[in-house]
Amino acid sequence: MFPSASASSGETERNADLAVGRAFRLPVVAVVVGTLALLGVAILSATQGAAGLPTGGVLSAFLDRIPLLGVDSTLSDRQESILFEIRLPRMVLGMLVGGSLGMAGAAYQGVFRNPLADPYLLGVSAGAGLGAVLALGFDIDVGWGPFDAVPAAAFIGALVAVTLSTVIARGPGSSPATLLLGGVAMAALFSASQTFALQRLSETRAREVLSWLFGQLNTSGWDQIWILGPYFAVCGSVLFVHRRHLDVLRVGDAEAASLGLDPARARLVVVVAASVLTAAAVSVSGLIAFVGLVVPHIVRLLVGTSYRAIVPLSALFGAAFLGFVDVGARTVLAPSELPVGVITAFVGAPFFAFILWRGQDVSS
Amino acid sequence: MSSVALRCRDVSVKFGSRVAVDSVSLDVAPGEWLGIIGPNGAGKSSLLGALAGVHGFDGTIARASDMPITRSDVAFVPQAPVVPEGMTVAEYVLLGRTAHLGWFAHETNADREIVGLVLVRLRLHDFASRRMTELSGGEQQRVAVARALVHDAPVLLLDEPTSALDLGHQNAVLELVDSLRHEEELSVVAAMHDLSTASRFADRLALIHHGKLVAVGSPDEVLQAELLSEIYDTPLVVEHMAGELVVLPASRRSVPKRRKGPLW
Repeated sequence: MFPSASASSGETERNADLAVGRAFRLPVVAVVVGTLALLGVAILSATQGAAGLPTGGVLSAFLDRIPLLGVDSTLSDRQESILFEIRLPRMVLGMLVGGSLGMAGAAYQGVFRNPLADPYLLGVSAGAGLGAVLALGFDIDVGWGPFDAVPAAAFIGALVAVTLSTVIARGPGSSPATLLLGGVAMAALFSASQTFALQRLSETRAREVLSWLFGQLNTSGWDQIWILGPYFAVCGSVLFVHRRHLDVLRVGDAEAASLGLDPARARLVVVVAASVLTAAAVSVSGLIAFVGLVVPHIVRLLVGTSYRAIVPLSALFGAAFLGFVDVGARTVLAPSELPVGVITAFVGAPFFAFILWRGQDVSS
Repeated sequence: MSSVALRCRDVSVKFGSRVAVDSVSLDVAPGEWLGIIGPNGAGKSSLLGALAGVHGFDGTIARASDMPITRSDVAFVPQAPVVPEGMTVAEYVLLGRTAHLGWFAHETNADREIVGLVLVRLRLHDFASRRMTELSGGEQQRVAVARALVHDAPVLLLDEPTSALDLGHQNAVLELVDSLRHEEELSVVAAMHDLSTASRFADRLALIHHGKLVAVGSPDEVLQAELLSEIYDTPLVVEHMAGELVVLPASRRSVPKRRKGPLW
């Protein structure tokens, strides 16, 4: 097929192989860097904290749990209980939330063709916030099964906001801009309702709500991981499968349609998957800003602008980033803790400002 | 082989209450170059948009076998392709395989091989890793043709593909498309606003005005000075120069000027 008029077929194939070999190199360096970062963060997270655990002891405790190896844990019972009941669940939860927000951020930036898009667009944060305020402040209990009242209410609030934004934008003139503007309108409405509700709470309850809104990964046991895990698996898979469609959407709806993609359908699927994933993450961790905005930009600096690489690597780097930030949140002012959302904003905002100032690679 | 590659029957395109294309019926033969001509706003791009699947239409657009066309049957080169920031030439050309991707939208080695072969065929392989934004307008348009070629469709649609290019690049891109259609037996449907260029490349021309098909036939049949002058609302002459048809505005000297009266 398509033989060159001037070159022999052997030479044609050689040139073709060379061209695509160079152009479609796998982002090996970024994958290795991301994996090593995640491993490093995992070791830090397991060993650092109010009670320091020796790295060798942590390793022996893990090996002890693998049958037939015959390795005995050198940690005391108390240390083992800290490791497996407190540190590990929190580490895994942080990584899952970070991975979710990073991946959702990459998906939003692709689907809206807007480098400043982040997972809290479309009123997700305002909706979740209103849900949490109502649940905490007015004892509205929509908890069900493993869902506590607050996460369940936040989840419902986030989904209601996204659904309303999507419905507003599904008029005949549907475009990425109308969806974004629908989200802005919903965010304004929900934020105002949230402020109104907060004003009517007692001081103690208002403080409780605000601490949730700052974002936190306080968890005991594995319950919240079992809540978020399935959403991460399903929505993450949907986004992974659609990552190539995000590249197609970059040429605009008209050209994307001529290439064989249904742009409206692809956008809807990606927005729904990213929003459900964000809502699930918010429901277990509160509002953690900047992860979904900054992480895809870091990945873009490493691997270029194709969403085929950006979407999965944003999950990897998001997990490492939030895992690292959480170690800081636990240790910087130990024994007291900083809200993790405050640290992500402290780290994320200057970094993002630097990228904007450089004026490079913010385009999607 | 069937003598029809693409069949349009009573194709209409409406944008709200405005009728952009009004009941157009056309056949395109395999290997044929059909030029769509007409003044600005006549409906050329809307008709191509309907064929390319960019917007909806009423009527029937079918393949040779009278099956409705699918997205893998036609490839489209837009007037001014959108060039995403940072996208490499190879990534851009790979987008042309979208209609062929199966479940999980994952491209295979075969898809990448086709991209490589087309890049070599169009002598773009040295640009494979370059960013699209680093290329000149002419090179970008060649890459857009490459993207259409990897679509591997029997019909190539071009919407005024050279309107942003200078004369040299214009000719190079059209010659490239012409040689490809001969070698691959592609049918080409091209909206063209330069009537002389259209007559050089097209086997047949379809003249559209106010969304309706006014005339269809060989360039000799369609490019009639009287008809064109009426449609384009300006005096035009059709000359034979060096064996080719050339459409020109009538000499200004031949148009009587209205005397405005003495200056003093």
